[in-house]
Amino acid sequence: MADTAVAPATGHDAHDDHGAHHSSTGLSNNKLAMWMFLGSECLLFGGLISTYMLYRGRHSENLGPDQVWDIPFTSASSFVLLMSSLTMVLAVSSAHRKDDRNTKVWLMVTALLGALFVAGQVYEFTTFYREGLGFTTSLFSSSFYTLTGFHGVHVTVGIIMLTSLVGMIGKNRVPGDKAETVELFGLYWHFVDVVWILIFTLVYLIPA
Amino acid sequence: MAIIERPTDTPAVVSPDAAPAVATPATSYGVFRRPVETTGWKSWLFTIDHKKLGIMYGVVAMAFFVIGGIEALLIRLQLAGPDGTVLSADAYNQMFTMHATTMVFLFVMPMAAAFANYMVPLQIGARDVAFPRINAFGFWTFLFGGLFLNTSWILGGAADGGWFMYAPNSSVAFSPTNGVDFWALGLQITGIASLTGAINLIVTVINMRAPGMSLMKVPIFTWMIMVVQFLLLFAIPVITVALFLLMFQRSFDATFFSVEAGADPLLWQHLFWIFGHPEVYIIVLPAFGIVSEVLPVFSKKPLFGYPLVVFSGAAIGFVGWGVWAHHMFASGLGPISVAVFSVATMAIAIPTGVKIINWVMTMWGGKLKFTVPMLYAVGVIVQFTIGGLSGVTHSVAPSDTQQTDTYYIVAHFHYVIFGGAVLGLFSGLYYWWPKMFGKMLNERMGRWNFWLTIIGMNLTFGPMHVLGLQGQPRRMYVWTENRAGDGFFNIGFWNLIASIGAFVLALGVLLFFVNIYVSHRKGTQKAPLDPWDARSLEWITTSPPKEHNFDRTPTVGHLDEFFHRKYEDRGEGDHHDYHQVATAEEIIAEEEAKGDSHIHLPSPSYWPILLSLALPIMAYGVIYNIWLIVGGAALALLSMYGWGMEPHTAPDDDYDPPAAGTELEVAAHG
Ligand code: HEM
Ligand SMILES: [Cu+2]
Repeated sequence: MADTAVAPATGHDAHDDHGAHHSSTGLSNNKLAMWMFLGSECLLFGGLISTYMLYRGRHSENLGPDQVWDIPFTSASSFVLLMSSLTMVLAVSSAHRKDDRNTKVWLMVTALLGALFVAGQVYEFTTFYREGLGFTTSLFSSSFYTLTGFHGVHVTVGIIMLTSLVGMIGKNRVPGDKAETVELFGLYWHFVDVVWILIFTLVYLIPA
Repeated sequence: MAIIERPTDTPAVVSPDAAPAVATPATSYGVFRRPVETTGWKSWLFTIDHKKLGIMYGVVAMAFFVIGGIEALLIRLQLAGPDGTVLSADAYNQMFTMHATTMVFLFVMPMAAAFANYMVPLQIGARDVAFPRINAFGFWTFLFGGLFLNTSWILGGAADGGWFMYAPNSSVAFSPTNGVDFWALGLQITGIASLTGAINLIVTVINMRAPGMSLMKVPIFTWMIMVVQFLLLFAIPVITVALFLLMFQRSFDATFFSVEAGADPLLWQHLFWIFGHPEVYIIVLPAFGIVSEVLPVFSKKPLFGYPLVVFSGAAIGFVGWGVWAHHMFASGLGPISVAVFSVATMAIAIPTGVKIINWVMTMWGGKLKFTVPMLYAVGVIVQFTIGGLSGVTHSVAPSDTQQTDTYYIVAHFHYVIFGGAVLGLFSGLYYWWPKMFGKMLNERMGRWNFWLTIIGMNLTFGPMHVLGLQGQPRRMYVWTENRAGDGFFNIGFWNLIASIGAFVLALGVLLFFVNIYVSHRKGTQKAPLDPWDARSLEWITTSPPKEHNFDRTPTVGHLDEFFHRKYEDRGEGDHHDYHQVATAEEIIAEEEAKGDSHIHLPSPSYWPILLSLALPIMAYGVIYNIWLIVGGAALALLSMYGWGMEPHTAPDDDYDPPAAGTELEVAAHG
């Protein structure tokens, strides 16, 4: 036992091995877990994007990408989503300042911007559908709706989480470190935004 | 139960930060009060103890092993003689599909998860995993997913497209029952279990190691488990995508695999095998970890080249991502792809070979002791090597085009999976049984168990090399005498041998269950604390370990910490001369004496099992009725809220009925 390198970090007060306060790397468990989850999500979207890229030109006589895109509209909704990342940053910084009121406000604004984006997507989908692009119309349409639909579901889940978080902060029912919880939600939200930038570029901007 | 008061002489040290990180008002605990049972069925249903969950994983995996085994025996009965009539063509298709799916997803992977859950926290000196409730959620999700999948048998027929479920064969036109739907949704559910488990274990190993345990002092089993969890983390989402596409294709008429609409049938193959090849290492690396623990113990030598074993494990993990298309050599990929994947596949044999050399060198010059776990470990070396060699023969693409879809492939993967993974898992069962249950498994019976298994597996899978090279296709439900060939190569003879072997193998496995019974009969001795003269941290505690694992969080100075506490090196320079300076009993007694007097463990919870329950309900909804989806989603949402609002470690007045020691707790925390 001569070369014991590290003394017990917590000794007798090691009441709880699961909190954020002690870990081998110094990173909190929650944050590490969120990073791992997002790493995994990269492959989920990787698979969906690959499927779309493989199939985007396959629509035989039916509507193709160039005939349905409304680039100005989608650019606007993309901008809305990007702005929501900004407000998320403001929420996180308020949370770190322990400013509950502003945290709630910015989280709510973030959720609203997210909702606006989802509404835009619903509008877009309905328009495409009216123009004759159904889910089962062609390989292109199936893979387009699947990819963007998955992203939309991610945003929707994010909105539900944000509004729940606002409620929980309001009632002071967040277990654990509040600022860290907000930060974790922020990580997820930024990730979903980054994925959208990728989708917007690959799906909408680069011509098929 | 969550609060443990150890009666010790040392006064309880209450430091200022002993209070919970966040002081929550008494009204804010959540919807239910926390379950408090420590015995009876409720203590299992709502447990978040990694040891209990590990045992549950093991029990359920074993049950699925039996089911998968029965399916295999039916297959071999059908093929034992010409013109078999045991199974119809349709039933046969379902049988081989469900056999493989069950064995891979419901036996080998969960069995590895059982050991990972039980042993990883113990091996790194932690009191539980990083997210105990997510751990419970993972187990129930796996169980419900497996049950869901198997209900297809009584709901119109099981999946019948083979375990890799190639498109477009998996479309409704070719597989009109709901079998494939059950398959896609069932694997989706068990995938969630694997993914949450992966995140949990990675964080646990990275963040919760005992003081002093640097990454290069982490026991080798835990290392291999960590590599596997990274493989799962990145492989599961790929099959998730594939399964979603398949589900949309079948349930919502999407066109992903409709060749008439211009779909590319290779899309499925790529997605499946990008998952599928890493999957084979997900299957085998835990067993490699076990073998690497067992060999040193019974050779009385440290693992030869530990860093190399770690590194080659990680290398397999990396290179494993670049070889998936070797499953597609016959699909018309084009010469360049085939050449690249062929060479990459040959390359992966190198880190695999490195491991085998390390094992042999570990045994070299050691004081070998052939206990049952050791027999199984040596069995792995021999049998897996045979499978690895046939693997190299089909890394050569021109030769593989002869072998692919024949019994030769079936021989290959059974030597690597049964010979590598399953034998390794049995080695682990015999090795860790006294740790987990405090009783030794009977060694004599274990030998019978081992030898029957080995003879059985070679009789079963050995002849398949011959059958395959003779051209017997895999998944052929019947063969006829007049095309069986003559003399040595008569496939009738070899098919019969294989079928006989399968029953010998089944008998061998049966003996394992008999052994459990025999070893736990009344009057059998309690196992000694250190029956094998073991080396790693999980043995520095009682058997079975207490609920809180360690009375005192051990401080680690060495790889093989336990060994170094027992033995002192009196040699000079490179010459080692170990003398025993302490017994296990003494070491554990010391830990106990210096233990923490007041330990907070995470508390049981109702939410994990409820959330898991929502998943199969939604899955039935996809197949039968949209309202079930809505109901399931509502349950899921409610459970998530309940979960989200309860702290992982309950304050002491949040128990139903209130926990013992409550008053003391409240007083201590002010
Ligand atoms: C030395 C290392 C290995 C090499 C070079 C190798 C090579 C291959 C190749 C080229 C194939 C495709 C053959 C075909 O379908 O025509 C194959 C199939 C297979 N291998 Fe391996 N393999 C190795 C190790 C393993 C291990 C460790 C496992 C699992 C524990 C494994 C499991 C499988 C399975 C399950 C299949 C068949 C999949 C199917 O078609 O259903 N292999 N192997
Ligand atoms: Cu492979």
